[in-house]
Amino acid sequence: MDKKLIVAPSPHVHGNESTKRIMRDVLIALAPALVVSVIVYGWTTLLVTAVSVLSCVLFEYLIQKYLIKGPSTIGNLSAVVTGVLLAFNLPASIPVWIIVIGALVAIGIGKMTFGGIGKNPFNPALVGRVFLLISFPVQMTSTAFATEKLADVCSGATPLAFVKEGLKGGTPASELMAQIDYTDLLLGFKAGSFGEVAALLLLVGFAYLLIRKVITWHIPVAVLGSMAIFSGILFLVNPEAYMSPLFHLLTGGAILGAVYMATDYATSPMTTKGMLIYGAGIGIITMLIRTWGAYPEGMSFAILIMNAVACLLNKYIKPRRFGAKK
Amino acid sequence: MKSSLKNMVVVLFSITLIASLCVGLVNKITFEPIEKAKQENIQAALKNVLPEFDASESEALTVDELPVIVHTAKLGEQVVGYAVESMTTKGFSGVFRLMVGFRASGEVYNINVLEHSETPGLGSKMGDEGNSLITSFKDKNLANMKQPLAVTKDGGDVQALTAATISSRAYVDAVVRAYNAVQQIKGGANVATGATSTEWTEGEQPAAEATETVNEETQKGEDNE
Amino acid sequence: MNKLQLITKGILKENPTFVLILGMCPTLATTTSAINGMGMGAATMAVLIMSNIVISLIKNLIPDKVRIPAFIVVIASFVTVIQLLMQAYLPSLYQSLGIFIPLIVVNCIILGRAEAFASKNNALDSALDGLGIGLGFTLSLTLIGAVRELLGSGAIFGQSLISGDGMLIFVLAPGGFLVLGYLMVLFNKLTAKKK
Repeated sequence: MDKKLIVAPSPHVHGNESTKRIMRDVLIALAPALVVSVIVYGWTTLLVTAVSVLSCVLFEYLIQKYLIKGPSTIGNLSAVVTGVLLAFNLPASIPVWIIVIGALVAIGIGKMTFGGIGKNPFNPALVGRVFLLISFPVQMTSTAFATEKLADVCSGATPLAFVKEGLKGGTPASELMAQIDYTDLLLGFKAGSFGEVAALLLLVGFAYLLIRKVITWHIPVAVLGSMAIFSGILFLVNPEAYMSPLFHLLTGGAILGAVYMATDYATSPMTTKGMLIYGAGIGIITMLIRTWGAYPEGMSFAILIMNAVACLLNKYIKPRRFGAKK
Repeated sequence: MKSSLKNMVVVLFSITLIASLCVGLVNKITFEPIEKAKQENIQAALKNVLPEFDASESEALTVDELPVIVHTAKLGEQVVGYAVESMTTKGFSGVFRLMVGFRASGEVYNINVLEHSETPGLGSKMGDEGNSLITSFKDKNLANMKQPLAVTKDGGDVQALTAATISSRAYVDAVVRAYNAVQQIKGGANVATGATSTEWTEGEQPAAEATETVNEETQKGEDNE
Repeated sequence: MNKLQLITKGILKENPTFVLILGMCPTLATTTSAINGMGMGAATMAVLIMSNIVISLIKNLIPDKVRIPAFIVVIASFVTVIQLLMQAYLPSLYQSLGIFIPLIVVNCIILGRAEAFASKNNALDSALDGLGIGLGFTLSLTLIGAVRELLGSGAIFGQSLISGDGMLIFVLAPGGFLVLGYLMVLFNKLTAKKK
């Protein structure tokens, strides 16, 4: 592709080589967490990841070739990244056919229906994950996740002060019908410690991506920051009823979502001001769902909702033209 | 037609008059079939959860702050069972209502879900045939089950639905409420006509004692036995 | 156009669901199964035909300014009649469709056809137009309902094909939107080729 400097409004279609470099960096950033998940959950995580990646690449190839009838795009590795991110949101015990359906939805509905990379308004991996979550609730919530420390919906967990002491709590205090009279202590040690370790590694990946200038700090910091503030306020108001901010930051898809999902170029705003608002929105909505919503984890829904808002943010927060008065 | 005030008023008046006459007419024709359909609905719901009967009386009660309706089913003069329209507010998505059928001797005959808004695929399975909640209760007398009545996770012997503990707990709550409603009625029936007391003797004694423990199912650790 | 075309245009060229995009609310809500979609479509068709006939008969008697209120009264009466009849003689369908039966009154299709067609044509043509659009609506709803039921519950017309559940999303709201969207694409692509 011509390498001349082209100035044009979005959507931007990235040239294969530059996209490839970015995607490769993302995969490198995710690798350590994947290694740990294999250690904690066994070899099935590798199988899940492999099936997910292969299906995503296959579907993108087929759809691009036969439906869109354009040049092949699988070389830019974006399908591989979608595959890995989708796998990170699935439990290690999920049946293979469900993964394939998830990949079909993620690539087919989430990405290709809109025209391919750069043109999709929603994060494809999340579209796939949410689709699977609603379609197969039992399979998606029955066991420990690869990276999310979602306690299963049946745990009847209650928001309790005890969990703040460990940070190894595997039970999110955000169950809707809070059975506050029950004082169940579900310390999912395994999930907790893996989560802690994986959280650490995901943050290492975050640092790597920052150094490589793949993403900027604005969105992840805005997401995690707003989550911390929101849960901090609730926590200060009633430490017995709400989990501590640190607990919230380390559980569920918080770090994975903030660093890897929310920062996807096509679906997030272009300006830094927009990014901060976008990140804050995600954090707040996630906390709202976690605290008062019907699902224990709200990150996926929050990101998808803010993806829809990103368009508006791009429209109303235009970057200042060079030389224009402030 | 010109849109003069007189025209508009006359036309609208006539249209609405004719329309109401027609609707009223249809209403009159369909009134009885509709009533019949409603009755049949209730009868079908009762038949589903009770052994054979040919007459029933209903009574509305309040048990544990929620309204329930108890249908006493008779075959001839003999009470053959009780069907209770019970409910709970502790479902995952709030209120849901069950129809619980008890034999005259006190065992659960069958349970049907009347309405619910639980999560499809998870809590909604409580309406499926042969699900773990129904099998935990069917043909059992609540008085003879492990007290206080609860899901296995909470120390009881009711098998909860996979990944739907909250819905399962609420289900137990509704069934217990139904049982207590029957206890209230039986108390009444006992006093009113001596005839019914004989049918109930075998189930009566443990039931009366068990009422209190069953009532305290949600309070862990209390043992009144 | 001839009488037969009046009917067929409602099914293809002017299909209310996939082309005119009218009556979306009942479309999304009642297509959780094929039989529900069919029942809703049939009820709407009945109201549509009757209201089209009556409106085209009295169109010259209605002052222009009170056109819409007059149409609404006629439509609402027919909906009430249908509702009572369903409640009396088809109770199970009545219960599945629930609140969407009275909502037929505000279904854009009915008022839309009354305005666009019945108030400008004779009774026979209006009846045929109602029949055509009604058939198009019923077929579309049945189709969407069938797809959603197949994918979401693994059943068709109540006949279970698999044990256990299907992909639950399809019997919920998001699935409705997805199926409607993709069927719309398919429908328009196929009918475009015919031209």
